[in-house]
Amino acid sequence: MTVADLSAQLTAYEGRSAVLGGRGRDPVDAAMIRHWCEAMGVPGPDPAVPGVGPGVAEAPPAMLQVWIMSGLSGAVGRTAAYEELVALLDRAGCTAVVATDCEQEYLRPLRTGDEITFDAVIESVSPRKTTALGTGHFITTRTEIRANGELAGIHRFRVLRYAPARTRTASPAERPRPVINRDNAGFWEGVAGHRLLIQRCTACGRQRFPWLPGCGECGSPLWEAVEASGEGVVFSYVVMHHPPVPGFEAPYAVGLIELAEGVRMISSLVGVAPARIRIGMPVALEFVRAGDQELPVFRAYEEGL
Amino acid sequence: MTAAAIVGIGATAFTKDSGRSELALAAEAVRAALADTGLAPGDVDGMVTFTMDTSPEIAVARATGIGELAFFSRVHYGGGAACATVQQAALAVTAGVADVVVCYRAFNERSGRRFGAGVRGREPSAEGVALGWGLPFGLLTPASWAAMHARRYLHMYGLTTEVFGHVAVTDRRYAARNPAAYFHGRPLTLAEHAASRWIAEPLRLLDCCQETDGGQALVVTSLARARTLRRPPVVIAAAAQGAARGQEQMTGFYEGDPGGLPETGVVARRLWRDSGLGPADVDVAVLYDHFTPYVLMQLEEFGFCGPGEGGGLVASGTLPINTHGGQLGEAYLHGMNGIAEGVRQVRGTSVNQVPGAGRVLVTAGSGVPTSGLILAADG
Ligand SMILES: [Zn+2]
Repeated sequence: MTVADLSAQLTAYEGRSAVLGGRGRDPVDAAMIRHWCEAMGVPGPDPAVPGVGPGVAEAPPAMLQVWIMSGLSGAVGRTAAYEELVALLDRAGCTAVVATDCEQEYLRPLRTGDEITFDAVIESVSPRKTTALGTGHFITTRTEIRANGELAGIHRFRVLRYAPARTRTASPAERPRPVINRDNAGFWEGVAGHRLLIQRCTACGRQRFPWLPGCGECGSPLWEAVEASGEGVVFSYVVMHHPPVPGFEAPYAVGLIELAEGVRMISSLVGVAPARIRIGMPVALEFVRAGDQELPVFRAYEEGL
Repeated sequence: MTAAAIVGIGATAFTKDSGRSELALAAEAVRAALADTGLAPGDVDGMVTFTMDTSPEIAVARATGIGELAFFSRVHYGGGAACATVQQAALAVTAGVADVVVCYRAFNERSGRRFGAGVRGREPSAEGVALGWGLPFGLLTPASWAAMHARRYLHMYGLTTEVFGHVAVTDRRYAARNPAAYFHGRPLTLAEHAASRWIAEPLRLLDCCQETDGGQALVVTSLARARTLRRPPVVIAAAAQGAARGQEQMTGFYEGDPGGLPETGVVARRLWRDSGLGPADVDVAVLYDHFTPYVLMQLEEFGFCGPGEGGGLVASGTLPINTHGGQLGEAYLHGMNGIAEGVRQVRGTSVNQVPGAGRVLVTAGSGVPTSGLILAADG
């Protein structure tokens, strides 16, 4: 169905009844007025309204909707027309709903003991609108509320039924996995235990990263793992925008970190807006969990701000 | 000075969707290169390509009528292999193990597997592990690796991204006049470069070369035989490969300063030494331009200007570079189309001919183990 087709179908519901012969679940009563006033933090009404009679209270006008609410069991008394309208929007992907605004007109005060009846009409269905929440249609209903058969107020209520905007919530568990083999497994074992291990050649003493099964300085295959302090500085960095990478929300920052031990490694830069990253900025190691994988990342510290 | 020459060049059309197999593209390029020489397929006895190429030498031979092969070789490291294929051919020819060698590269890089999609899962080989250090942190595309170098370069010399723009504008200016270029008729301004979207900051879309479907082939033989053929020989004055100490593949972050290209430095020293030439002797430079910053770094490594001065040199236009439009403007053929442009300049047949061009520098993929050529007119 095209957008125009849907709009035409929706518009056909304007003027049709949404609720016919609705009845308030209880008469207007003092207990509900007191609870409402306490919950809203407003003073309760004067218990004796001159000219009304002893023991009769007037409900605050803003309570108008209270007397027609259908309770936790959900909406009751809606017409088939309204249900069809909702089903049509559901099929068009507008499965989410949010109340957007409400207007009320007060024609006669409601008093304890008043029996409430009401009827609602689908006043308008908007063309397709795109909002921050998503794209959908506003439905405005107009409800006439009667007390003992006398028109007491008009309640106009607007909801947006919409298809939620796709918000990409990147789950770190989706990130690409580290590539691990026998040459670098020790590094990732260290990370699992929250230790950042670099190699040190036991022949010439040179410290190295990335892990390799031999020394680039003297060629010796002998080495030991030493734990890095986790202190470092940003040596270079990239702010990634494209293409989308699973587990990341662009833009995100990747740093080339020079550790205090003199070796460099690639890692995520966290705790700083990409625009504020500077080469030379101090960073400190922390660990984050990505699914079942621990990852070493570096938190940047802004100086002199 | 080697005793070998390039005697033929041939390419397919450069497109975004060839609609054909990579083998079909390779075969078409090889046929075109042979036609350019006037040699018959049966004259070929050697073939060289990239390890990344999906079309085996024997398949291309079967599809083009090439018969017995006495020499076949492949070179690794992506676009770094480009000039090295010609070096392999020249070595084979001068050593006498082959007489006529075809170098080729063909792919559907745009419509098929795109490098820019990034690496994800890698097999835990040494190569996979080396690239793998960046994966969990989302550093997994060629542009992202290049950007790490580019940021360092800007920082070292206190520059802005406008210096990269000069490369893009220059390439596209030449491409606009090249009918074979994808961006024929579509030059670019610095403002358009500056307005293009970020890919991997500090690299914008227009700092990254295009992606192409196509093929390019070159034919190499001895200088003596070259002098008997229909085209003037383009002499391979020098050919070199280079890998630096602590060399990596696009992830050269750990040694030295990533604001430079030490592997290009290796190639530069070899080419100058073997040719007896220097920067002032070069008429045209065809510099591998998968990403604009690398063009500046190459100019500096080759000594055309001082460190950090590449942008100013390109903007000045005093050294003609990438007269085919480069890979940003003509086509991304892993550098092989740049060699063809070097040949055309020496022959005097480029659409952007530099008058009297007798010596052309051609480079291959940078940030990886790389290669270079100096091509010269005969005599
Ligand atoms: Zn050592």
